[in-house]
Amino acid sequence: MNFPLANFLSSTATRWLAICLGGVAGLGLYTLHYAEGLSYLSSDPRACINCHIMRPQFDSWQKSGHHHVATCVDCHLPHTFVAKYIAKAENGYHHSKGFTFQDFHEPIRIKAKNARILQANCILCHKDMVDALRPEGDHPRQALSCVHCHAGAGHGPRAGLGGAYSAPELRGDFR
Amino acid sequence: MNQKKRMPILLILAFIGSAVAAAALGALLVNIQQRKAEAALPFVRVVEVDEETTDPAVWGRNWPTQYDFYKRTALTTRTRYGGHGGSESLPAQKSMIYPWLTTIYQGYAFAIDYRERRGHAYMLIDQEQTLRQQVPQSGSCLHCHASVMPLYRALGNGDAMAGFEASHKLSYQEMNAKLHEMGHAHPVSCVDCHDPVSMQLRVTRPGFLRGIRELAESAAPLPHLPSIELWRQGKRKKPYDPNSDATRNELRSFVCAQCHVEYYCAAEMPLVYPWGKGLTVEQMEDYWSGMKFPDGGAFHDFVHKLTGAAIFKAQHPEFEVWSQGTHARAGVACADCHMPYVRVGATKVSDHWVRSPLLNINRSCQVCHAVDEKELQARADKIQDRNFELLQNAGKAVADLIHAIVQARQEGATDDQLQKSRDLQRKAQWYLDFVSSENSMGFHAPQETARILANAADLARQGQIHALRWQKN
Repeated sequence: MNFPLANFLSSTATRWLAICLGGVAGLGLYTLHYAEGLSYLSSDPRACINCHIMRPQFDSWQKSGHHHVATCVDCHLPHTFVAKYIAKAENGYHHSKGFTFQDFHEPIRIKAKNARILQANCILCHKDMVDALRPEGDHPRQALSCVHCHAGAGHGPRAGLGGAYSAPELRGDFR
Repeated sequence: MNQKKRMPILLILAFIGSAVAAAALGALLVNIQQRKAEAALPFVRVVEVDEETTDPAVWGRNWPTQYDFYKRTALTTRTRYGGHGGSESLPAQKSMIYPWLTTIYQGYAFAIDYRERRGHAYMLIDQEQTLRQQVPQSGSCLHCHASVMPLYRALGNGDAMAGFEASHKLSYQEMNAKLHEMGHAHPVSCVDCHDPVSMQLRVTRPGFLRGIRELAESAAPLPHLPSIELWRQGKRKKPYDPNSDATRNELRSFVCAQCHVEYYCAAEMPLVYPWGKGLTVEQMEDYWSGMKFPDGGAFHDFVHKLTGAAIFKAQHPEFEVWSQGTHARAGVACADCHMPYVRVGATKVSDHWVRSPLLNINRSCQVCHAVDEKELQARADKIQDRNFELLQNAGKAVADLIHAIVQARQEGATDDQLQKSRDLQRKAQWYLDFVSSENSMGFHAPQETARILANAADLARQGQIHALRWQKN
């Protein structure tokens, strides 16, 4: 009798392979747990300040006119299931990369793509009121951005925190 | 046979792959752990500090982050119009760029030595070493150049206000020697702005406490200082006291306004902040005009050596000029731009490296203005360039006026015939000095400084015309 697969699975080498991969998977799962990875599947605003970069934005949202009607995800993510999780994945990737390597501009700024999501969400809620006021077209060049004027709607009068010092800055080298 | 050979290679590759993945995950885990630790960072009070602890290094053991920033005020920094950098050991004389300064200060120590500023770390040493010390200076000057409160208390037997009132009679050298003996020869220090028990912001300087009280009691509108407006609406049983009445936001400006202001500082009487009629250049001019020396003589800072005019010397009225600007009206405090919050790990710390916001645009400006750094720099540059041009015009006008008076005197004009020109010199020079001594090249209140400089140039030219046609006076 000859079963190659059974032989393969029962060989010592394969057992070691399984141990290695299992170890990696375990470490990965623990890291996911420790980093509160599953919280990012929720829509709890506190998940957005697991890492502290958005703390000023969170604080200012709590003092803004919208805090009782809209949470982070209501304004900053699409409302359809697939688009929402694509946006979550994309932003999650950028945020993890930025926070791990600390290589992003502070104060943080919204990206063009996220600004379009935001604009769509303003319209989604305020449609009845603003539909008649809007210029035609959804392209940013044609449409007025709501937050251009209503800058404090989501985050109060000011939000943001200048970033950490870089080594050249601390030595006094400017520009 | 073939399979047996391939197996170890596959296995080795899988092993290496797993090792790399495990190492990367481990590194990520440690990174996350580090970031979490940052968020939990507390401060540890390893040493007690009190009102007598003027040495910032002692405070620095408890608050090392703030102390590290504070020490960086010793670094040289330069913007287009301020500070100094490069290889020279001392900043340049201001008269190299503003030659009329030497003319307008004739008869006053600033004609001898007047350099660009250095950082907070140098405030005491620069004062000790300036050539202005060739002229006898009053003990009052240490009010703002050292951590002086313990010395005031010692002079007043425990009463700082009494010590302050005695200090102007002592010479600068006497006061300075006492300061060194007592071990308080430090530049502005933690205890000058922070309560040593609660770490809360507080003001300590007697000159400021008196000045702000007089300001509160005046009728000048102060929309940017709401706690004073509130105090005025109350019963006024107790005088206005910034340490109990001011808001936290106001204190973020008041701590700086303890020193970055207009004042009288010499031997005839204690230090005075001229705020009893308000904070504008005209209101302070009114205040000085109504002031008498203890001997009954009319107040002035010095008599101009070339013209005989009694001059008001403007110091560095940053607080007063800021008060006229749009940022003050919008509730932006000194510290918001000059000590902006900086992220240190997960904590938010006030940057104690006090300096020009133009060197810190992302932390100072961008937290409110969502605009590109270069664009913000360009906007500030434009404001300062315009002010610089107006300043040079007004400076030349006042110097021309002085030269016209000198010439008229040589031609035989009497004091009576030149009185109006002298009065105009005093006024024009006060306006000019008010802007040229102020450290922001107009940025703190662009329209206000433009208005003042336009008036200075106008008055100076009127005075010049008057001196040129002295025979008709």
